[in-house]
Amino acid sequence: MSVNDNEPYVTADGRKIGGVLMEMKNITLRFGGVKAITDISFDIREGEIRAIIGPNGAGKSSMLNVISGFYIPQEGEVWYKGAPRPQMKPYEVAQQGIARTFQNIALFEGMTVLDNVMTGRLNHMKTGLLAQAIWKGKAQAEEVENREVAEKIIDFLEIQHIRKTPVARLPYGLKKRVELARALAAQPSLLLLDEPMAGMNVEEKEDMSRFILDVNDEFGTTIALIEHDMGVVMDLSDRVVVMDYGKKIGDGTPDEVRNNQNVIDAYLGVAHD
Amino acid sequence: MSAAFLNTLEVMANGLMAGVLYALVALGFVLIYKASGIFNYAQGVMALFAAMTLVGAMEGRVPFSHLINAVFGTEVHHFGWHLPALLGIALTIAVMVFFAWVVQRVIFKHLVGQEPIILFMATIGLAYFMEGFGETMWGSDIKTLDVGLPQGGSFAIEDFTATWAAEGERYYGMYIDNLDMVATVVAILLVSALVLFSQYTKQGRAMRAVADDHQAALSVGINLNFIWVLVWSLAGFVALVAGIMWGSKSGVQFSLSLIALKALPVLMLGGFTSIPGAIVGGLIIGVGEKLFEFAIGPYVGGATENWFAYVLALIFLVFRPQGLFGEKIIERV
Ligand SMILES: Nc1ncnc2c1ncn2[C@@H]1O[C@H](COP(=O)(O)OP(=O)(O)OP(=O)(O)O)[C@@H](O)[C@H]1O
Ligand SMILES: [Mg+2]
Repeated sequence: MSVNDNEPYVTADGRKIGGVLMEMKNITLRFGGVKAITDISFDIREGEIRAIIGPNGAGKSSMLNVISGFYIPQEGEVWYKGAPRPQMKPYEVAQQGIARTFQNIALFEGMTVLDNVMTGRLNHMKTGLLAQAIWKGKAQAEEVENREVAEKIIDFLEIQHIRKTPVARLPYGLKKRVELARALAAQPSLLLLDEPMAGMNVEEKEDMSRFILDVNDEFGTTIALIEHDMGVVMDLSDRVVVMDYGKKIGDGTPDEVRNNQNVIDAYLGVAHD
Repeated sequence: MSAAFLNTLEVMANGLMAGVLYALVALGFVLIYKASGIFNYAQGVMALFAAMTLVGAMEGRVPFSHLINAVFGTEVHHFGWHLPALLGIALTIAVMVFFAWVVQRVIFKHLVGQEPIILFMATIGLAYFMEGFGETMWGSDIKTLDVGLPQGGSFAIEDFTATWAAEGERYYGMYIDNLDMVATVVAILLVSALVLFSQYTKQGRAMRAVADDHQAALSVGINLNFIWVLVWSLAGFVALVAGIMWGSKSGVQFSLSLIALKALPVLMLGGFTSIPGAIVGGLIIGVGEKLFEFAIGPYVGGATENWFAYVLALIFLVFRPQGLFGEKIIERV
């Protein structure tokens, strides 16, 4: 099957999946004595929705943090766009076109929704300080352009009605959506979502699933997401990595993973030896 | 208008202008505190250091001349030039930016994520180091700073207000310091520039983002170190402005660094994270202490300006611990 070799292919619903965009090679991450990740390798292909699942404490967020530069693994290499990535600060990773959301939401609480989304455009603001100080031509054109992108994303995620609302006042579900909007505003090559649906009700989950699919479909954005809800994962993702106790215990299409005995054991809580 | 009323008005006007200076110093604190959670004890010493550097640059003093002469047995003191004020100020700004970079690079880069009290201690160390360093660099003599700002009282205002008094009353007009008026205008310009910068530039937006949430700021590609250097540079610039105003008035000497102590009650009043708070707080304290001294001072033996601000701030602290504009503190449980 083409899903597991490296040839580009077209999915059943007509989305194009390309070559490898990011590859994790033998990643090991320790916190003192705790091994959060043990020798894990997997790849993320251009245009796909890649899920990372596993029980609590399996090391999923840690993996996302390695990808986004928040954690530095003791061993292993991260390959991005066909080349090994040198050790980078999180802001440098972001500047390379990797945007993310956080498991426990990190928004600019004091800013409005629009301001938050505009902050996601910072990497696309190029005009120098002096030009901005004089506030003419180029800087203004740039501001207008960035504003347009931000507004488009706000429309896309259906949060126009709260554009000017300070984020601190929003309910949890909407905050998650604003965080997604800010990440999208960067027009990333790779979007990392840490439990985008955690703590949501059924309706909110459905909305969020639809947005994720639409983002992938319309913008062709590659997405790696962590999610606990199995139904959601099976519906959304092209391929799934399963982690347990820091180790990879499964990798493949939703169907493959669903029938993997190790995965079944981990989720049913079979005792580890 | 009665002469008594006019006198009160004069006291208030002078209080407002003193308040502007307090606000300026407090502003330096707020900038750094908002962006990094560091309460910068060294803000006052930074003002002193900036003013010393400005005097040194303008007078063409050789930095570290005592040290150089002691080590090499030479007798160098002056380069023999005099710089115009603007050039001296530009040079001093460059020095303050370099200072900001060094502070971030050598100290605070290594203290990221530490407890606020540790950061505070580091700034105390920095303050004492800078004080000594500044004296080694420029000597400990009292220096006069003259960047060409007008001195003395304004005759125009004196003449103009003299006509306000009611018929038959003896009134000679208000005494308003020229320098205070310049300081007020400069402070208004400075604050407006800062607000425009933080609202309308990329770096300003990044600065606000960092002040709000470090993790989120990183995730959108903001280099925290750069922003912190920027913020320390801005605080250095604000310190320079305060240093020029204060130094032109009372000379550049150690006591200049104590203006930081005046900023403390201002911050307690205005909140540590609020720029409008710093300004309004500064004005309230400036006016408050002058009025109090004027009205109550004579009955309690004077010198109330030494303590009034603190008592006012304490009373405030009891009723509104977050300050006038500070965000409400809600303990998470
Ligand atoms: N910054 C850290 N310092 C120390 N230990 C950490 C840190 N981050 C994660 N860990 C540890 O690494 C392990 C994996 O944690 P991680 O957050 O990656 O799990 P997870 O799969 O995301 O779990 P959950 O589903 O609960 O979010 C845990 O044992 C956790 O305690
Ligand atoms: Mg997690």
